[in-house]
Amino acid sequence: MKATFEKLMLLDRRWVFLALAVVGVASYSLKDFQVPILVTNESRQIFAAIDELEEGATIFLSIDYDPNSLAELHPMTYAIMEHAFRRGVRIVITSLSTNGPGMADEAIRAIADSVRIDREYNGVMYPGREVVNGVDYAFLGYKPYPAIVILAMGQDFRIPFPADYYGTPLEELPLMENVRNLSSTECVIVITGTNIADMWLAYGQARQGFPLAFGLTGVSTAQYYPYLNSGQLFGLLGGMLGAAEYEQLADNPGLALDGMRVQLFLHWTIIIFIVIGNVGFFVTRKRRGAGGNV
Amino acid sequence: MEFWNFFWTTVAAFFTLATFSFLYKDNPLYKIAEHLVVGVSAGFFVMVLWHTTLVPNLIDRLADGRWIYLIPLVLGLMMWFRFSKKLSWMSRYPMAVYIGIGAGVAIPLEMATKVIRQLNGMMRPIDWENFFGAGWLDVTAGFSGILLFVGAIAGLIYFFFSKAHTGVFGGVAKFGLWILMLGFGASFGFTVMARISLLINRIQFLDNEWISNAFDSSNEHYTVMYPILFWLVILGLVAYIVYEIIAYRRRGPEETAGTT
Repeated sequence: MKATFEKLMLLDRRWVFLALAVVGVASYSLKDFQVPILVTNESRQIFAAIDELEEGATIFLSIDYDPNSLAELHPMTYAIMEHAFRRGVRIVITSLSTNGPGMADEAIRAIADSVRIDREYNGVMYPGREVVNGVDYAFLGYKPYPAIVILAMGQDFRIPFPADYYGTPLEELPLMENVRNLSSTECVIVITGTNIADMWLAYGQARQGFPLAFGLTGVSTAQYYPYLNSGQLFGLLGGMLGAAEYEQLADNPGLALDGMRVQLFLHWTIIIFIVIGNVGFFVTRKRRGAGGNV
Repeated sequence: MEFWNFFWTTVAAFFTLATFSFLYKDNPLYKIAEHLVVGVSAGFFVMVLWHTTLVPNLIDRLADGRWIYLIPLVLGLMMWFRFSKKLSWMSRYPMAVYIGIGAGVAIPLEMATKVIRQLNGMMRPIDWENFFGAGWLDVTAGFSGILLFVGAIAGLIYFFFSKAHTGVFGGVAKFGLWILMLGFGASFGFTVMARISLLINRIQFLDNEWISNAFDSSNEHYTVMYPILFWLVILGLVAYIVYEIIAYRRRGPEETAGTT
């Protein structure tokens, strides 16, 4: 027994990587295996904020992430955008991350294609329709130095963004007629995996007081929970789980819900490795005597 | 999917697999992917900065005769004097403006966001009517409010080192340590989920966008080139694996392992 653990303690870590890859691919192929998702209050709040809006209302969505975070954050963007467009809610979109415009442009095109098709969500039939640039959404594009851009957007969108991403002056976009600044929108939803979230809290919410919600990568989720308790955030989507919760609430299964099956199996695999590693550590330490450490 | 779309998807698939090859050991395929990311990102950033910022926010405004924008232009140009030993003092003026404005704006807002509003949140009245909340550890519930208050005080006491951590004080400090550990555990759990999400996304990409399209004969643009491209990438990877096996047999595990 002890000899086995001693061998395990010296196991090349690449066997662990291989095991995770095998379990990941195998569990991915179990398409019929559904994982139940318990929806948290902080995810429900974001869904409700959009679901309860009148048709024609405007929200602000900031797509502040690069391709390295798209695994967790793209499903959130897709789910929120599709939900808003289906409900007739209009969106002002920006990207305060360098590669964000590509992410936003890709999401807008994909969702515009999807909204053309008749679909039923939560028992309500939504007929397909065209999503029109400048009417249903305005994509303002990217500007560097997020703190300065957020402060400027608090005054007027036209200061940092004289024209939208496609070069049309904001004055010529029907959507922007009555939308001057961040406070003119019903709520601000920021999807990011970086410290841009801090800037939105300090230079946006604290200064302007608009309702703010975050969609964050798993790595940064835990550190923003205190802002929920203090009321600085009204909702929070955490990593792929948060995206899956939103997809479930919107009755629109996508990549996040599909990925939760693999999350389940891979988490169990990692837990098993952690248990084996800890038991092995204590068993081999006893054998080496009270001095213990390697 | 049109051919060129599939071609670039194949390139993306190749670099995905090349990046994953680092999990075995550092190798030329991984190096190519790494250098390409750095180069493309830098080039992309320069072009984005030019087209989305300098042209609309500076050059176009100057062209419209808004001469006030000469001030940021001059300040920006003065920054470049940092590269001159004799004239580097000139870059201190724009830096002074930048730091002065930055600190003036940031200090009150950061204080309000991260200290005052957080203190308010911690000291809110206990909601007895909604004591257990809507679900497990609902942050709006009265019970959560008590837990957060006690946890915050205990956590602060753990970092109070002017008094020995003994007796009741030591007990509270130990409770604070446990609260901190719970926080770190939650962060670690979320981090594991994040890393697994990256793997899941790549599996979904390879399956949904690459493998499926490589053999989708119902695609109107489908030609024999689709599976040929697919198999070229697979053969390249197999060739690399065979090369590694031969190297392993010739030189032994010590020289080829590297990541243990």
